[in-house]
Amino acid sequence: MIATEASSKDSANIALALARFGLGARGNDLAESRSDVRGFLSQDIEGWRSAQGHLQSTPEILAALQQENRRVELARSLRTSPYDRRDGALLARAMDEADASAKPLPQAEAPRNVIPQDTYRDEVLARTQVALEAKSGFAERMVWFWSNHFAVSTSKGNQIQSTAGAFEREAIRPHVFGRFADMLFAAETHPAMIYYLDNNQSIGPNSNAGLKQRKGLNENLAREILELHTLGVSGGYGQTDVTSLARVITGWTVAGPEGKLGRPGSSIFNVGLHEPGEHRVLGAYYPDYGPDQTRDVFDALARHPSTAQHIAYKMARHFVADDPPPTLVARLRDVFLETEGDLAELSRALLDSPEAWAPETRKIRTPQEFVFGALRLIGTPPENLWVVVSPLNALGHKLWDPPGPNGYPDTAAHWATPEGMKTRFYASARLAQRAGRLDPMELLEASLGDYASKETRQTVARAESRQQGVALLLMAPEFQRR
Amino acid sequence: MSDLCENNVSRRALLGAAGALFAWSFVPKFAYAAAGARDARFVCIVLRGAMDGLSAVAPLGDPDYVGLRESIALSTEGRTPALPLDGFFALHPAMPNLLRLYKVGQATVVHATSTGYRDRSHFDGQDVLESGQPGPGRTETGWMNRLLLTLPAGERIAQRGALGIGPVPPLIVRGRAPVTGWAPAILPKAKEDLAQRILDLYDARDPELGAQLRSGLETEHLASRMGGMAGQSGGGAAAAMRRVAEGAARLVNADDGPRIAALAFDGWDTHANEGGATGQLAQLLGGLDGAFAALEAGLKDRWADTVVMVVTEFGRTARVNGTVGTDHGNGTVAFLVGGAVKGGRVIADWPGLRPENLFERRDLRPTTDIRSVAKGVLSDLFGITAARLADDVFPGTPDLKPIQGLVA
Repeated sequence: MIATEASSKDSANIALALARFGLGARGNDLAESRSDVRGFLSQDIEGWRSAQGHLQSTPEILAALQQENRRVELARSLRTSPYDRRDGALLARAMDEADASAKPLPQAEAPRNVIPQDTYRDEVLARTQVALEAKSGFAERMVWFWSNHFAVSTSKGNQIQSTAGAFEREAIRPHVFGRFADMLFAAETHPAMIYYLDNNQSIGPNSNAGLKQRKGLNENLAREILELHTLGVSGGYGQTDVTSLARVITGWTVAGPEGKLGRPGSSIFNVGLHEPGEHRVLGAYYPDYGPDQTRDVFDALARHPSTAQHIAYKMARHFVADDPPPTLVARLRDVFLETEGDLAELSRALLDSPEAWAPETRKIRTPQEFVFGALRLIGTPPENLWVVVSPLNALGHKLWDPPGPNGYPDTAAHWATPEGMKTRFYASARLAQRAGRLDPMELLEASLGDYASKETRQTVARAESRQQGVALLLMAPEFQRR
Repeated sequence: MSDLCENNVSRRALLGAAGALFAWSFVPKFAYAAAGARDARFVCIVLRGAMDGLSAVAPLGDPDYVGLRESIALSTEGRTPALPLDGFFALHPAMPNLLRLYKVGQATVVHATSTGYRDRSHFDGQDVLESGQPGPGRTETGWMNRLLLTLPAGERIAQRGALGIGPVPPLIVRGRAPVTGWAPAILPKAKEDLAQRILDLYDARDPELGAQLRSGLETEHLASRMGGMAGQSGGGAAAAMRRVAEGAARLVNADDGPRIAALAFDGWDTHANEGGATGQLAQLLGGLDGAFAALEAGLKDRWADTVVMVVTEFGRTARVNGTVGTDHGNGTVAFLVGGAVKGGRVIADWPGLRPENLFERRDLRPTTDIRSVAKGVLSDLFGITAARLADDVFPGTPDLKPIQGLVA
């Protein structure tokens, strides 16, 4: 065990614990947490509050996006380039001139909606700031874990790129030490998830809209709720449950710009899209209480033993080992069931489990843990977006953009590959340039202390420059593995 | 200090290290059936998200097709007509390169195909497709990696290992045989002296990370030597597919490069607004078509000895859904492309699209197992016996016979 009573004076084990459960040691962390590293981590649970900061809410963002879309469309239609006015004579002259000068036809700058990129930038920088300011980072690690569990991908389009950060702030962050059922409901009915998995387009075939427009179901969200967010793929559901849940959640959509059914850009339950009637999911019948039919099914899913098993396994795999100890998984599962998904209790159970404190490092920091850990250690806030996103994109771990709704893979084997390690090496060299005149040996003492091996200590001490020393520290096995 | 890739000392050091990495832990005890003098190349492209086979290669001759597909149905009429392959099937109009290759006998379409997996989860479906196992849950190794392990250790295909393109290699190539990776560059390269210091530290403290880093640097060197890589990003999904294919072609074309490679392209999960002759799916198919052209151009003389196999985890619903897209289904298409392909044909035991012919009255019924197609290619290209294929590459599949005559 890393930090039993007997060994709690051992800063070596503390350095490992802070990387395994938090964002890594820096400054005086090792000294401060020496007497009680578990308490140092768990103070995040007791004092948890999730601030919105200065950032906009999802309805504000989506309303601005819609407004800007209209402005861009108008600007496009009014463009005055001869090429775009399709004025025959002007176009012919422009083409002649282009031919004569052997240059391409001039094109007017197309007006473009910059809200998705700008919002994404603000959200990434805000999230970086939170990681830089976090004490141990235990709560942040839980936010990232749940954010990846309820994954959305910015690549899907402007709406997701604009709201992925807000989704994490609004649907994930408030609930990381709250109730799983609340997080589940908040995540599935958030506009970002509704857009990401197409529920805004799913229409009950016998709803008013369905009968009028001959439109119907889209089962994308329903399937992923069962397969990824709750029961897990072997959790005991079938195709009929998927289709039935798809019927239950018809009606959850995003209010349009006219705001007839709610604040534009907020999520609403539109009964005119909802498939009426009682629906049967996993053998139980749910009466049609409109939006509460969804709540009732979600509450049952949140209490289901398969959900407890699925969450327990994922959490143990994330923090401890790709192939987590079955006793740990069983304990987390039991706590999840007994407390009806109390995530503060689940987090405490993780920190209280001896298996979670094994000294063997069976995980490697994910690219996000590595990049944010390095930025925290070096300490200078990023002056622009690229400081954060270039290494993350290169390492295949772009913020809020996994390849699919199952999120980023969460195994050491996935990240510790030839291309992955080569790119980590390049990223370390890049990040180390930010260290300026910081002394690499001081950073080593702050981040690893006695946990650094003799060889790592020597390698860093013998570096030919400060920056090389910092790059070597970031690549050290004790920094990379946790 | 020069860049790593231009430094001879480092080049030697890396090659030596790679040699050690490629040392084998066992020697196969079976006779290797040589497939002749051909120095073959095998590239597998995995399309993640479930490609809609009924739009990629539309069964225009099936009387139920248009009724099921409504507004996204393809047609040989109109402004963007589908490209007829035979009297029954037509290729999506976004794929003129594939049509050209088909016409010169270098492309085969396999239709109504799938693995043995029927449950419609992307992630389990991809795991089954890539692991080559009969069911989900066994994801330690991929079938292309086990393919290398069936070859004699001294054999050059086995010696060179497999290439997995992307920041992390796809499951299909992961396993005990050496795997290396490559992805279009985003970060600048770092100095060679720094690499050596890290490798020294890893040798002393963490040989496992050392082996990974060495292999990655070695591949980077090879890629640089084969011609500067286009490092620029941007240009959308189609441009990204082309860049990745160009990089893969350079590495696979090298005499001392890997002979087999795997690529994965994401984004095929077209639940809503899939589009017909134009639109979302058309963009992706156009990107894939560009990747074929990039592979053909990049492999140059090796193209004649190359098979590119394109597979996806499963297909999509036969009927268009409520949101002008399609949901998860079963039967779909696979492509075989390359100079070594005996092409110009559509291989299909067509099940028909009448409601009673559909799988669970919903999906195109799979009638050809994709593993029989892969087995046929591997047996012709690398001379692997049916027994090895059924025991090691696709375990537990003695009843799935390799399809004969896929390779010219």
